[in-house]
Amino acid sequence: MVERRIGAPIPDRPPDSHNLLFLLGKAQSRFGYLPENLLCDISNSLGIALGDVYGVATFYSFFSVQEQGRHVIRICKSLPCFIKKSQHIINVVEDATGVKLGTTSPNARFSIQLVNCIGECDKAPTMMIDGRVYVDLTPHKISRILKDYE
Amino acid sequence: MPQLHIVLRNCGVIDPTRIDTYIKRDGFQALNKARGMKPEQVIEEIKASNLRGRGGAGFPCGLKWELAKNSPGDEKYLICNADEGEVGTFKDRYILESDPFSLVEGISIAGYAIGARCGYIYLRAEYHHLLGSLLAVIEQARSAGHLDGFDIHVQEGAGAYICGEESALMESIEGKRGEVRYRPPFPPTKGLWGKPTVINNVETLMNIPPIMLNGAGWFKKIGTERSKGTKVFSVSGDVDKPGVYELELGSTLRELVEDLAGARNIKAIQVGGATGRIVPFSMINTPLSFETILGAGAITVFDESRDILEIVCKTLEFLAEESCGKCAPCREGTTALVEILNTIRNGGGRRGDIVDIEELSRAMMLSSLCGLGQGAPNPVVDTLQYFRADYESRLATKEGVK
Ligand SMILES: Cc1cc2nc3c(=O)[nH]c(=O)nc-3n(C[C@H](O)[C@H](O)[C@H](O)COP(=O)(O)O)c2cc1C
Ligand code: SF4
Ligand code: FES
Repeated sequence: MVERRIGAPIPDRPPDSHNLLFLLGKAQSRFGYLPENLLCDISNSLGIALGDVYGVATFYSFFSVQEQGRHVIRICKSLPCFIKKSQHIINVVEDATGVKLGTTSPNARFSIQLVNCIGECDKAPTMMIDGRVYVDLTPHKISRILKDYE
Repeated sequence: MPQLHIVLRNCGVIDPTRIDTYIKRDGFQALNKARGMKPEQVIEEIKASNLRGRGGAGFPCGLKWELAKNSPGDEKYLICNADEGEVGTFKDRYILESDPFSLVEGISIAGYAIGARCGYIYLRAEYHHLLGSLLAVIEQARSAGHLDGFDIHVQEGAGAYICGEESALMESIEGKRGEVRYRPPFPPTKGLWGKPTVINNVETLMNIPPIMLNGAGWFKKIGTERSKGTKVFSVSGDVDKPGVYELELGSTLRELVEDLAGARNIKAIQVGGATGRIVPFSMINTPLSFETILGAGAITVFDESRDILEIVCKTLEFLAEESCGKCAPCREGTTALVEILNTIRNGGGRRGDIVDIEELSRAMMLSSLCGLGQGAPNPVVDTLQYFRADYESRLATKEGVK
């Protein structure tokens, strides 16, 4: 990821290619989820028991072992957003996409999840779609935002 | 009292994508000065400043560095904690967006002082949108020759509040589940990859360059007896002007939430996020400092229209969800608290329930392994103290039934 100058001391840090979390993160962003055969491959190549690979894959909320929609909508449900009517945003997103919370649309366009504080509480209510953050949400904004995701 | 910008001195002033704009503001002069000193002298300066950690616990920064420096071994690590998962906190995000160069400089000084050749920034997954610009900033500093072979690596999280806790964070960097480690040993003795490690919050490291440039004596003049310097606050909730504010430590809650953020008709204020304190309006003149209330500086304001039981239930639901599950008092205790609190909130509570949650809270505070389980009862204990009537009125509705 980061280039090193020639002559610089050899870094102490073990390489990313041996790091389970790093590999899972790469796979998640490439495939949108962590398919079983991929977890088996990683287990074999790192020499880590498959159960432990699953243990890590299921610990973190940004990983999914189930297939997801092409776009993952994460709506913030934490207190500062909650008191700025995040429930209303959830309803509007569900209606606009025809997808229920925690599920994926039949055409695999969207999955919707509720998440905890995404660090934008001064602009509540908020949500993320894939890597992007959307703030100061209103019902009107949502239909416009969703149009950008096919 | 007006704001006092030390940590935020460059925010909105420099162009965070261009190192030359940072250089014009004395950028990297603190690092050059530090490199002209012995590492021990740098640590002495930070110790003399009485700078305390801004991530929530307030541990003396210089002492932590000294412990790591004096631990045997020539492989050491510096970690910048940019996990910022506390509900209601967004100041580190603002810093990363507006002045990442100062952070890189602070990390490099810390690395030099403790004798690390490699530093990590652990960036929460929710801040993935900042990764590109952060890497570009590190690269600019490197090609301008400021890093002098020191390696700064950005590692991304994958969505887990507990990974902000320092030992879970190290597990996560090592590629594992973010579960809390038993301590001792503490990180300065045995941390990342088993090596001596210093973990500091973003804001703590932001204080390092100005302290190195202006001296410990200057810094010590700011703040209170036991809380030196400023604090950056994240203000959200029922206020006219939510956002990031930096004030001298010892400023009052009133100055922050009423005078600056424009709150009115305040009922309660949550200070320090989910594991922080909940105080009533009557405590509005409380100074903000380590010796009173502070945490990581998350301030969420609730006006008269809000339901205290709803605030407590939502807070405990968050903690139950984010408990790493390693120890039973927290794993089981947070779930039990959510259940009982929701029953009370819905009018189905018995008088004995309050006794039960008080007892459970005491047990969790005493026997949980880390700050999540130890701090989880805080919102319950505080609201039982200041808003007991809100609980009892819910019980009263069912009194005749039992
Ligand atoms: C549950 C939990 C979550 C935490 N989250 C964070 C966090 O997001 N950022 C942070 O800097 N410190 C967090 N901390 C505190 C860290 O464990 C650690 O004390 C801190 O990063 C040390 O840096 P400092 O001394 O500069 O404050 C958390 C602690 C606990 C118990
Ligand atoms: S207190 Fe909670 S979060 Fe901390 S180690 Fe125990 S179960 Fe994990
Ligand atoms: S509570 Fe929603 S962004 Fe913080």
